[in-house]
Amino acid sequence: MENKILTGHVDLSQFHVDPIDFAPASEEDKAYMVQMRPSSTFFKDGCKRLYKNKVAFVSLIVIILITLSSIVLPLVWPYDYAKQLGNQPGRPVDSSFNNLRPMEYAASERKRIEAGESVFPHIFGTDSAGRDYFIRVVYGTRISLAVGFFASIIVLVIGMTLGSIAGFSGGKVDMFIMRIVDIIYSLPDMLMVILLASVMRETLGPAIDGTVLAKIGSNIISLFVIFALLYWCSMARLIRGQILSLREQEYVLASQATGAGPGWIIKKHLIPNCISVIIISTALQIPSAIFTESFLSFLGLGVNAPMPSLGSLASDALNGVTSYGYRLVIPAIVISLIVLSLNLFGDGLRDAFDPKLNQ
Amino acid sequence: MSTEERPLVEVKHLKEYFPINTGWFKTTPLKAVDDVSFIINRGETLGLVGESGCGKTTVGRTILHLYQPTDGEVIYDGKPIKTKEDLTEFRKKSTMVFQDPYSSLNPRMTVSDIIAEPLDVHKMYTDPKAREQRILELMDHVGLNSEHASRYAHEFSGGQRQRIGIARALAINPEFIVCDEPVSALDVSIQAQVINMFDELQDQLGLTYLFIAHDLLVVRHISDRIAVMYLGKMVELADAEEAYNHPLHPYSKSLISAVPIPDPKIARSSKRIALQGDIPSPLNAPSGCPFRTRCPYATDVCAESMPPFEEVEKGHFVACHRVREING
Ligand SMILES: Nc1ncnc2c1ncn2[C@@H]1O[C@H](COP(=O)(O)OP(=O)(O)O)[C@@H](O)[C@H]1O
Ligand code: SF4
Ligand SMILES: [Mg+2]
Repeated sequence: MENKILTGHVDLSQFHVDPIDFAPASEEDKAYMVQMRPSSTFFKDGCKRLYKNKVAFVSLIVIILITLSSIVLPLVWPYDYAKQLGNQPGRPVDSSFNNLRPMEYAASERKRIEAGESVFPHIFGTDSAGRDYFIRVVYGTRISLAVGFFASIIVLVIGMTLGSIAGFSGGKVDMFIMRIVDIIYSLPDMLMVILLASVMRETLGPAIDGTVLAKIGSNIISLFVIFALLYWCSMARLIRGQILSLREQEYVLASQATGAGPGWIIKKHLIPNCISVIIISTALQIPSAIFTESFLSFLGLGVNAPMPSLGSLASDALNGVTSYGYRLVIPAIVISLIVLSLNLFGDGLRDAFDPKLNQ
Repeated sequence: MSTEERPLVEVKHLKEYFPINTGWFKTTPLKAVDDVSFIINRGETLGLVGESGCGKTTVGRTILHLYQPTDGEVIYDGKPIKTKEDLTEFRKKSTMVFQDPYSSLNPRMTVSDIIAEPLDVHKMYTDPKAREQRILELMDHVGLNSEHASRYAHEFSGGQRQRIGIARALAINPEFIVCDEPVSALDVSIQAQVINMFDELQDQLGLTYLFIAHDLLVVRHISDRIAVMYLGKMVELADAEEAYNHPLHPYSKSLISAVPIPDPKIARSSKRIALQGDIPSPLNAPSGCPFRTRCPYATDVCAESMPPFEEVEKGHFVACHRVREING
């Protein structure tokens, strides 16, 4: 076949090239053309690049460690995040449990140790209500991570739906959705977040009283609502842009030319080509959600007491900041660690998987 | 009329206007293709040439109804394409080869899935063995090594990618293929190979081509007839040799005089005609003859009305008011 093509009937002298170029390929040339990079899928390539990126890899390990310990530790820890240790039923309140310094023991615990019993240490001491601070930090990490994760999922679902509707339908619908996006963008977001959070705190609390939702707490729900209302915009914009540019790709036209319907094109062409961008920006959304949650909790608009989150822990610590500064520093370090490693990991993901960078 | 005489594709007064936002609530139509008519006979290759931006791609895509025609008619094998059912039928017989070998192949699909896409869309093979057999057969047709079937398109050179695109086009056993500058993006040495392959395939499979190119040399060899477009309008249509050796429209003359001659001993009868100025924007095309802003022969009459597309000699159509004086 190769030879037949090469000796076709175009008069080669008409082209300004050396006829040598059209001589049948030698075995050597053929071998060269056949021997190309070993076949590897896009996904494998990306994973390899991600693995090579040391910063991203270390960040991933940090994230996994923090996540796992925030899930496992509360299950095995001898202390509970809400339990005020000095408050034993049937006994007077033992205030020596309050405000213990790291590794310090309360009076009754010291007696038990002297009697030969072993008492589990309070690694970070206790807070002003006598609750073990370490487990509160671990539990707060769990809450913060969960809020960040679910908020990102909400943002993803809403942003993806509206973004793809806008990208697909174009025209008036697109214009309408994009104008809403512009309006939300133009609002000062922190002000909106604070306003919404304080309004919803008043109205949502009584509304969900007694339902399952009450258990989660009105404040967390209002946090999710805030994310759903305000933070879908950049996701929607991103996905709309992706769809608009993918629709212009000639392989989509080729698919249409063979008679493929919209379902086929979405499934075979659009989703596989924008999935990595979606995953990456969702990954980058998590730290921003955690940050917003911490910020709101710090202002007292976050999770309901006694549930801790990293932000509310830091906020509570402010009261005794002069004598117990470490109670502010510890959650602050954990927040920074989580946000930093998620951001670094997200950047690594983008470098490894963004097709625009590796073409 | 018998099938033999009936043209395979008949394009009548085809128009494609793109609405362009030119203000807050204002759109202006961009006349990418403006009233173009021609026929393509069965088994023939019609070459379509013109500067970049003159609407060649749009003609090809509108014929295939990838863009809904603003006006006009496409009649395929005697049947106008009107309803959805007509279009579904038409899609099984027509296809397109694209200009850009990079954007025309999905980077997330393997070569075999790309080639088999038309088969899968039409659910032509239920047996995976038969499907694979067909893929290998198609790859062999276009000179691709069967070992490449499970690779991704980004691993291939431009010429090989274009072959993959051609194999995909051949999958449904089409009758009519729009080839949109299929070799412009390739190295010169590979261009000849790919053009020869188109020629071979036409002989083997009895294909009919609309072959778009901006390079006259490329189309001259493969085309039976050549059409020249300028600013959304067709200005000349003639047999390939006739169009190349005796162009009648001033624009075609300048295009052909711009083709470098490989052998300096072959003296060219006419001098090189250099065009002044740039091609106007299709958003504000000149009145009357679209070429008049650059035509060395333009007079007042050219600004008044669009010259009709007339058969000046047998089978030689030209749209120019002064065609007889110029060539007289
Ligand atoms: N989808 C589109 N929307 C708006 N304008 C378009 C579109 N496609 C092409 N055009 C315009 O139509 C004109 C003809 O384009 P095209 O058919 O691609 O020309 P060619 O293939 O001859 O280079 C150009 O001015 C181009 O900008
Ligand atoms: S009609 Fe007039 S402007 Fe147009 S090509 Fe002929 S001579 Fe030139
Ligand atoms: Mg084009």
